[in-house]
Amino acid sequence: MEPMLQDKFKLAGIKHQDADNVSRSGLSFWQDVMTRFYKNKLAMIGLVLLIGLVFMAIFGPHMTGHDYRTNNLSQKNLAPSAEHWFGTDDLGRDVFTRTWEGARISLLIGVSAALIDLLIGVIWGGIAAYRGGRTDEVMMRFADVLYGVPYLLLAILFMVVLGQSLTTMILAMTITGWINMARIVRGEVLSLKNREYILAARTLGAGMSRIMRKHLIPNTMGPILVTMTLTVPTAIFTESFLSYLGLGLSPPLASWGTMASDGLPAIKYYPWRLFFPAAFICLTIFAFNVIGDGLRDALDPKLRK
Amino acid sequence: MDEKLIEVVNLKQHFRLGKNNIVKAVDGISFDIYRGETLGLVGESGCGKSTTGRTIIRLYQATEGQVLYEGENVHGRKNRSALKKFNRKMQMIFQDPYASLNPRMKVGDIIAEGIDIHGLAKNREERTAKVHELLNKVGLHRDYAGRYPHEASGGQRQRIGIARALAVDPEFIIADEPISALDVSIQAQIVNLMKKLQRENNLTYLFIAHDLSMVKYISDRIGVMYYGKLVELAPADELYNNPLHPYTRSLLSAIPVPDPDAERARRRKLYDPTIHQYTVLEQPQMHEVTPGHFVYCSERELEQYNSGRAIARANG
Ligand SMILES: Nc1ncnc2c1ncn2[C@@H]1O[C@H](COP(=O)(O)OP(=O)(O)OP(=O)(O)O)[C@@H](O)[C@H]1O
Ligand SMILES: [Mg+2]
Repeated sequence: MEPMLQDKFKLAGIKHQDADNVSRSGLSFWQDVMTRFYKNKLAMIGLVLLIGLVFMAIFGPHMTGHDYRTNNLSQKNLAPSAEHWFGTDDLGRDVFTRTWEGARISLLIGVSAALIDLLIGVIWGGIAAYRGGRTDEVMMRFADVLYGVPYLLLAILFMVVLGQSLTTMILAMTITGWINMARIVRGEVLSLKNREYILAARTLGAGMSRIMRKHLIPNTMGPILVTMTLTVPTAIFTESFLSYLGLGLSPPLASWGTMASDGLPAIKYYPWRLFFPAAFICLTIFAFNVIGDGLRDALDPKLRK
Repeated sequence: MDEKLIEVVNLKQHFRLGKNNIVKAVDGISFDIYRGETLGLVGESGCGKSTTGRTIIRLYQATEGQVLYEGENVHGRKNRSALKKFNRKMQMIFQDPYASLNPRMKVGDIIAEGIDIHGLAKNREERTAKVHELLNKVGLHRDYAGRYPHEASGGQRQRIGIARALAVDPEFIIADEPISALDVSIQAQIVNLMKKLQRENNLTYLFIAHDLSMVKYISDRIGVMYYGKLVELAPADELYNNPLHPYTRSLLSAIPVPDPDAERARRRKLYDPTIHQYTVLEQPQMHEVTPGHFVYCSERELEQYNSGRAIARANG
């Protein structure tokens, strides 16, 4: 049979081994992703905005020499000026300082909510998908039921029972927030767990932990990252919304939400008290959203050249 | 050549999809694989070839039946070290060169996965040396070790997959349609590579394919599957010259012939499973018609096949 094979198939072109000599350095997957991300103008604007916001959240409160919590009733409701860049509020506090103090809290809430969602969601969704069968059914049914409960009701319940604080706020944010992450991770793992490279690892004798570390986690990183980036603005918005309903943080703590809700009644006379926090809520949500979208596009293998 | 390496005994793999929905992907098949041979396994898409291979290598737990490797039951209870021993002896090459390599790992790490798992290299230098040797063995430049799979073509990826399997020095390799996703010109290169490796490493192959045209060049014996059952098993030449089961004949009639006149005259035979007309009392099973040539049939059909052969012999 062998000679037959030899003369049935002739090597037409160059020898295989020579063809490889045009060597170029290999780009790693993440280098590839970042190159595509950097080419996305909108996402880059978002990134610059975000870096600016974080910078101001760190240094802003110390820039003017005003304190975010000290009342000064002789200076209330002043319009923006050289002394008070964003004006003052009804208790004479500097709005500029309070805005960046609020940025800290809003970002803290957004990022912690995203991290908690990540932790619970990855474990929940990962186990459900990898185990499959009944485990999967029970775990995901539970998530579905929880998802069906009106979110606001749960949040109010939390606030009333546990008292209004930053921790309660973050907790309330994540009661149902992780479900989205769990669903995404589950979908990813489901589609990956029968991928041939995972089967190959299993036939080589790889254990559960090696498969998780080397194969499942690196390959689900992308969608997880995108979901996280999109969770942050949702959490920030939810916080503002809850604060607006009077369920937010208690004074003198400032978040963008509480500032906006305090500023609303005076919108006719002192519009800056609402304008600045509201504008930064919008900017932050915009920044995270375009970064998330940019990441999603950069990670999409179909756009790979 | 007649030392049995693997014995598959009445292997069944049923997938339960719902309460009353069971897919009998593999439904009671038995065959032996001899050391050093290539056993081809063919059949149309969905007939259970991959499932057979994956059950043999224990990716799936068998519903019923046994797989014996050198007389030892592969599916029996095992401790960790015994399992690892089996993992090294049996390896698999996959169909899809794009799905079978982790896109986030460098080729060198992909190939070294087995070396890492089984601790086959004492230090980094030895690991690198082994990877380079394996790359060389499958005809790839050593520079590939530092690249990512998406920089390789389909054929090159398949070579990487082969190198990964070879890294643990296996005796038996299940190749699940290793060439059907490749360009025709590359198919021959991969088949030639596999033959070369078989000689050099004294490998035994189970070579799965969905059509007969390439299998006949590489296989010593060929098994034909139809909906979870093995319907015919014979040495390659015997299967080509004296196909007995109507399904095998139908598969053979689908192969294009290199001669234009013959090709024009070639008529595709279609297999109609109702022609068997098995009655309730008949229990079709594997019968050895001539030494080494098995066919799945009833007693009645066996007589027909035998008399058919007698007539053919008398005429020929
Ligand atoms: N994990 C699974 N769960 C449920 N059903 C399955 C599973 N794997 C395979 N099947 C079913 O079993 C049957 C045989 O599938 P298998 O993949 O073994 O076929 P195949 O002969 O390899 O086909 P192909 O040539 O397309 O690769 C199919 O009907 C398939 O849908
Ligand atoms: Mg298959």
